[in-house]
Amino acid sequence: MPDVLLDRPILPLVQPDERAARRTLREQVARLEQEQAQLLCSAWPRKCPRESAGGVGSALGGPRLLSLAELEELRDELAARVADARRALSDRTWVEEQNRRLIEEMMLDPASHKWRLVTSEDIGEPGCRNWHVRPRLGPLGMLMGWWRVVISSGCPLAA
Amino acid sequence: MTELELREGWIEPELAEEFPELSITSAALEVRPRRSPEPVRAQLRALADRYTGAKVVHMRQDPVPWAYRVFSRQVGIDPDTDRTPVEAIALERLRQGGLRSENIVDDALTLAIAETGVPVIALDADRLDGELGLRLAREGERMGGLRPLSARQIVVADAVKPVAVVLRDMSEEAGVTPRTERTVLCALGVKGVPRISVEEALWLAAETLYTDRRA
Repeated sequence: MPDVLLDRPILPLVQPDERAARRTLREQVARLEQEQAQLLCSAWPRKCPRESAGGVGSALGGPRLLSLAELEELRDELAARVADARRALSDRTWVEEQNRRLIEEMMLDPASHKWRLVTSEDIGEPGCRNWHVRPRLGPLGMLMGWWRVVISSGCPLAA
Repeated sequence: MTELELREGWIEPELAEEFPELSITSAALEVRPRRSPEPVRAQLRALADRYTGAKVVHMRQDPVPWAYRVFSRQVGIDPDTDRTPVEAIALERLRQGGLRSENIVDDALTLAIAETGVPVIALDADRLDGELGLRLAREGERMGGLRPLSARQIVVADAVKPVAVVLRDMSEEAGVTPRTERTVLCALGVKGVPRISVEEALWLAAETLYTDRRA
């Protein structure tokens, strides 16, 4: 038995070439970066969640030639971030769609949506426009049930 | 303006193997820093007027700025926190409401970077030893004799010493000062950036630096 035990570990004769793997990871990072850019641009003008202080790769002390493990870590972090952004955008657009539907319902039947207010930000559009269900002629309209949707004319002029 | 002599810098083999399309191109000019003349300041104002919030957001989808974002990521810089030079200029414009004129050298770099998206730096030619190139920092190496560099950091170097960290800061030993007589402009090329963009960045910067002479 002692004859088959070696006093040193068996090492491969040829060190594996990691260059191809690193190249593939860099290509994946490039694709994820493109996806992230597309998501950010399609989210505009919505307010994006603030980027964290320690973003993807910030702990790597770049610009350096990253090792395989570091590139893998970078790719995974970036993929997670892109997935989060996609989910957040998808949730946001669903809410905006509901708000657009609400505007249509408000227009069709203002009395059922008294005092409801929807802003352009709620439907993912720039500007300060809003749709507000208000009574015609103030208190008299309230008593008489004369409700209507008032569409604001936009942002106030700069002072 | 006379023909600009563009020089292709050397790339350390290990770095060239990992990033085959990495390049550094430089051009030496007989220019000293001074106050920017009015036409250059007018150019800066015109450039600032062209920036809008939407343009800055969509900039990251333009091929050249995107290529530098990708390169930044691949070398461990997060471009969302440490902005690429073109994004840093755009962000400064949005924050300050304009692009402030500093001096002719800084203004020339700002104009070249903003117009082309290619990062360009300026170095003092008389404080450089030999040809410029890109390499990895050695173990325990320091920039400017003071600032320690982490091992395998990608640096712009002359034959003797590192003079700048790629997409980051420059060595005080090699930067342009009021005493500079000759300036070397350096542009970094990465995968996805056409050669013509790199050359255009250097030409634009040189043209700005020679504004008075053209007049």
